[in-house]
Amino acid sequence: MKSKTLDRLRPFIGVVILIGIWQAIVTLKIVDPVLLPSPGKTFSAVYTGLFEQGRLAFDFGKTVERACMGIALATVIGVPVGVILGASENVYRSVEFIIDFFRSTPASAVFPLFLLLFGVGEITKVYISAFGASLAIIFNVAYGVMNARKTRVLAAKIMGAPPLQRMLVVLLESLPQTFIGLRMGATLALVLMITSEMLLGAIDGLGLRIFEEQQLFNMPGMYAAIFCSGLLGYTLNLFFFITERRFVHWAGR
Amino acid sequence: MSADARTSILKPMSVAGNPDAPVDTRPSKFRRPHVTVRGLTKRFDDRTIYEKFDLDLPRGQFVSIFGPNGCGKSTLMNMIAGLIPVDEGQILFDGQTIDEIRFGYVFQNYRDALFPWISAWDNIAYPLRFMKVPKAERNRRVDALVKKFDVRINLKQYPYQMSGGQQQLVSILRALVVDPEILFLDEPFSALDYEMTLFMRDQMQRMFQETGTTTIIVSHDLDEAVYLADRILLLSRAPAKVVDFPIVDVPRPRNALTLADPEFNRVKGHCLEIFQQQVRK
Repeated sequence: MKSKTLDRLRPFIGVVILIGIWQAIVTLKIVDPVLLPSPGKTFSAVYTGLFEQGRLAFDFGKTVERACMGIALATVIGVPVGVILGASENVYRSVEFIIDFFRSTPASAVFPLFLLLFGVGEITKVYISAFGASLAIIFNVAYGVMNARKTRVLAAKIMGAPPLQRMLVVLLESLPQTFIGLRMGATLALVLMITSEMLLGAIDGLGLRIFEEQQLFNMPGMYAAIFCSGLLGYTLNLFFFITERRFVHWAGR
Repeated sequence: MSADARTSILKPMSVAGNPDAPVDTRPSKFRRPHVTVRGLTKRFDDRTIYEKFDLDLPRGQFVSIFGPNGCGKSTLMNMIAGLIPVDEGQILFDGQTIDEIRFGYVFQNYRDALFPWISAWDNIAYPLRFMKVPKAERNRRVDALVKKFDVRINLKQYPYQMSGGQQQLVSILRALVVDPEILFLDEPFSALDYEMTLFMRDQMQRMFQETGTTTIIVSHDLDEAVYLADRILLLSRAPAKVVDFPIVDVPRPRNALTLADPEFNRVKGHCLEIFQQQVRK
């Protein structure tokens, strides 16, 4: 019984230690207290920003909204394109280089291009994150479809499954890999969203909040905004993880 | 049609499991074959695997295909099952093509052949979906099959939650649920451990005795090939010819004692001799 309680608490041990070290650094004045406020101050800034006053909650909401739009757009484009490319190995091989090339290009390198194409509006940031995310999704979905086990499709065929049912087998086969792509894509979309909010003249968003608080030397506010982006990234990952466990229960087995 | 041929149609083939039934030793041309292969030719690139190959497979019997590596044992079975196209020739089941009959196929790799997204039960019922069998009837049929073979596995589980042997058992049930006219087994037990292999051989034998379905197995294991079979198709090196097609006249149900049976060992010795001749060639 006792060890069970310990097992449940285990994931928090690291958190407690980290906060302890942080508090110790502040107490012992190892780092300039202006640069590193205490955990208490920081978390109260998070609380105030999110629930009482200030723009943190608004910026948080804006980033969530745009990141979700970017991920949704990337999914809507990436999944069908990935399926089509993956359905024929020859087709995929002929565009593989392009996909690999752009996948390897740091997506922030295309910021200026996207500014030229779509202007400085907030939709540009959605396009940028969708661009980065969709490449990750296309790549993974295509590989998922290509690597669908031939035996399983053959088995469906000899049991009399019509073409549409066989296609369904391929899609289900590719689902675990598709989810890997979605998770990678979501993480990338968030990175690109925060970065473009910092660099592309945003009027709101977590990226802007971090940038502004730093300019104003409001360190608790800056840490609060950084913490919120971490929370957002972690929640996104958790969301995909739980969805995958629920709907793709056979993944990796 | 001669009187002799007619009686052979009316009388069922002797089943080795029935000790009272006379062993059919008449030349195969007087029997009504189930599968007829005529003028089969198959090439892979420049290599000829089969050249004008003819074969008759008897009805309601368990036939093992055995021969040297690379002689095309699996290729032959897969061509008969319609999985691999033939270059030339004709394969008929009572005059019908593979598309017109119900058949079951059990893959060597059960892990890749079952669908992990549905339960074992739904896996077994899967082929019935495409035979326009209503859901209630599908469940009834699976239930009947499970009862018939006294399967004691929790079929609500997903395949990946089961042991290898259980998964292969599910594969075999899935092949049998359509009430096949012919059953193909591609090294079905080679991915299982020894204990499970022995158990599955007996399960397979039992299913064969219950259903009397014409069954073709490709096996790399001579003991297994002889233990399960009524007849053993011994192939030569490619281009493959039938070297011999001996009858295994050992009563069923066979068990561990069968392995010490003189007739079993005579047939096995004979097959081994031919096999070694072919390997040395």
